[in-house]
Amino acid sequence: MTSASLPVTGAQQLGSPRQRPGVTRKVKTTLVPYGYLTPTMVLLVVLMVIPIVMVIGYSLMDNVIMKKNPQFVGFKHYSDILTSESFWNAVTNTLFFTGVSVIAHLVIGLAFALMLNTPLLGNRTKALFRTIYVLPWLFTVAIIAVLWRLLLEPNGVVNYLLMAGHLTGTQVEWLSQPETALFAVTFINIWSGYPFYMTSLLAGLQGIPTDYYEAAQVDGASAWQRFTSITLPQLKPIIISMALLDFIWTTQQFALIWMTTGGGPLGTTEMLSTYTYKLAFSKYQFGTASAAAVIVLVISMTLAFFYVRAQKARD
Amino acid sequence: MRKKYLAGIAAMAAAALAMTGCTGGGTAPSASSGGEVTLEFAQWWEPELPAGSLRGLMDQFEAQNPGIKVKLISGPYASTKEQVVAGAAAGTMSDVVGLDGAWVNDFVKQGSLANLSDLMKSANFDESQLAAQVKLNGSTYMIPVANFVYPMFVNEDLLKTANVAKVPSNRTEFAAAAAAVTKTGKAAGWVLPLDTATPNGIQNDVMSWVWASGGSMLKDGQPNLVGNAEVKDVMTFIKGMYDAGSIAKGTFTMKEQDKVNEFTNGRVGMMIDSLAHVNLIRKENKDLKFSVAAIPAADGYSGKRGMPYASWGIGVANNSKHQAEAFKLVSFLMGKDVNATLCNSAHAFPGNTQSVPDFVNSDPIFKQAFEIYQAGTATNEFTGLPVAEDLMRSFDEEFQKYLAGKQSADEALAASQTAWEAAFKG
Repeated sequence: MTSASLPVTGAQQLGSPRQRPGVTRKVKTTLVPYGYLTPTMVLLVVLMVIPIVMVIGYSLMDNVIMKKNPQFVGFKHYSDILTSESFWNAVTNTLFFTGVSVIAHLVIGLAFALMLNTPLLGNRTKALFRTIYVLPWLFTVAIIAVLWRLLLEPNGVVNYLLMAGHLTGTQVEWLSQPETALFAVTFINIWSGYPFYMTSLLAGLQGIPTDYYEAAQVDGASAWQRFTSITLPQLKPIIISMALLDFIWTTQQFALIWMTTGGGPLGTTEMLSTYTYKLAFSKYQFGTASAAAVIVLVISMTLAFFYVRAQKARD
Repeated sequence: MRKKYLAGIAAMAAAALAMTGCTGGGTAPSASSGGEVTLEFAQWWEPELPAGSLRGLMDQFEAQNPGIKVKLISGPYASTKEQVVAGAAAGTMSDVVGLDGAWVNDFVKQGSLANLSDLMKSANFDESQLAAQVKLNGSTYMIPVANFVYPMFVNEDLLKTANVAKVPSNRTEFAAAAAAVTKTGKAAGWVLPLDTATPNGIQNDVMSWVWASGGSMLKDGQPNLVGNAEVKDVMTFIKGMYDAGSIAKGTFTMKEQDKVNEFTNGRVGMMIDSLAHVNLIRKENKDLKFSVAAIPAADGYSGKRGMPYASWGIGVANNSKHQAEAFKLVSFLMGKDVNATLCNSAHAFPGNTQSVPDFVNSDPIFKQAFEIYQAGTATNEFTGLPVAEDLMRSFDEEFQKYLAGKQSADEALAASQTAWEAAFKG
């Protein structure tokens, strides 16, 4: 057996010329996806991670921002908030406001979507109602607040109509009476938010194959049975996703409350958002406000977790 | 090609990171290039003045001070406040800032306002020409540029219809007039905005009654509510009118602009409001016949009457690198003629004692108000107090409970005292 060996050059000994292109390509292949992700990652870090980390940090410090050398106080702000009567009042109000809004949004949105999807109405009628029903969605929160303040003020149109119809004998202070204020702001929120459900559910309804209904009809299913056994199960993923999203958004509703009642009268419409805002921009207690914000963040994250899980299940 | 992409991405990332780095620092807002200084002036005044009038004054200042430019940062009152708070926290406050007296204490504690006493001394500024200065610990931090006083506005037609012959000058007369106007069924006697989002109704519409009779809510600069007969008298006086239905409905969530709307539309007989709204009322309802008068005092009171006021105050940021130039702008605005021009545009009373704006003589309502102003004392005890807005809010919440019959006046005062003392301690 003979063996022949080719002379090895110095360069080959180092192994670079042949291996370098391969390694570089590998590095490139590995890095390119990260390169594409970089702008998003940078934005996420700058706009999400850094502010969140800063707020969490603030919540553990003794009134940051207003003091030059704030001290670390641990979970003091959290215990202060969690033992505060005003905080729990805000939690209760927020839960009522959010819960009723989400349920009403769903019911009204679904009812209107079913109406707009029915074959019993002509296309022109449907187009007209679609335009009317979607109107509240087109207004900004500021417009909605001003509009409803005017409508609901003691001298407003609502009281005029109620008095003209002999439904009430006196001017009702809808937004100023502790007994009615929370219901009034919840009503306004329901009015402004149902078109989102209506539009999405209408799209969902239009995606349900008509074969299902035809087959059910052949089997003798009633309209109610068709609704509960076909429509609702088909819409379930959309309903769950939207209810969770709506829950998250409504718990954070600030502008509407601030511009209509400011959390009053007598704290009956105080929400977590207005409570936090007052701590920060009225009392300048940024540490305590940060702790309240972190609590809201935890609640939102929990809801977001369920939302993502629902989305995954849907996919 | 890929290399190019990667290079591009890297450049974008670097730029984004660089931007992030920039936002983290507490850089001063003023800039100087080639010996020229640009001052930032954050305020809410420009949107409230006739278009171009503040810019016109700035152009005049720039012409008089070559090498200094002024950049106006303008916005509504509420957003200016938030912007100033954020700027103070981040150390990026504009060089010159429009201030409300209610903010000063907190900014001084934070160390974000420059000591104007020192700047006045360095600039040899004559302090005697200033109508007022907001001082803390013996040093000035804010100078009121324009003052808006809050007299009582009276709808003459409504009072006539209610057979009220004379504009009320004491509380008994006022309550009787309010009841008479309400009795006509055409309007409410008085209007009281107590919205807690903007609780300045406590300052302008509640405590103003205390100050009008020479009373005070403080003692030696500290809260003095418990056992304060003057404050309690005002509370019971208002509660009497509230229970009698003489106050316009919706009071608990009514805002200042709602109050003005109610008066403008002839739905209330009397209100306490800023003179700044005179032109707005005239514009919105040309037929409304109204006049102004001093806020009625307690029966039998004959001393000087306090009249609430709000100011467009001015201060200099501690983080400004050009404090001397910034103070030049302050002294320019406080100058006799410039101050008169500015106050003329704003329909405000001047911060310079020697300035006499034209409107004071040319307009009967302003003339009347100026006479009341000169005969009384401009009073605002909330100016310079810590977390002043929160003090108003906590009092507001307790006062609402009292009006709603959920607690007594003494309980409301005790609860407010506790909240105020906690706020004073910080």
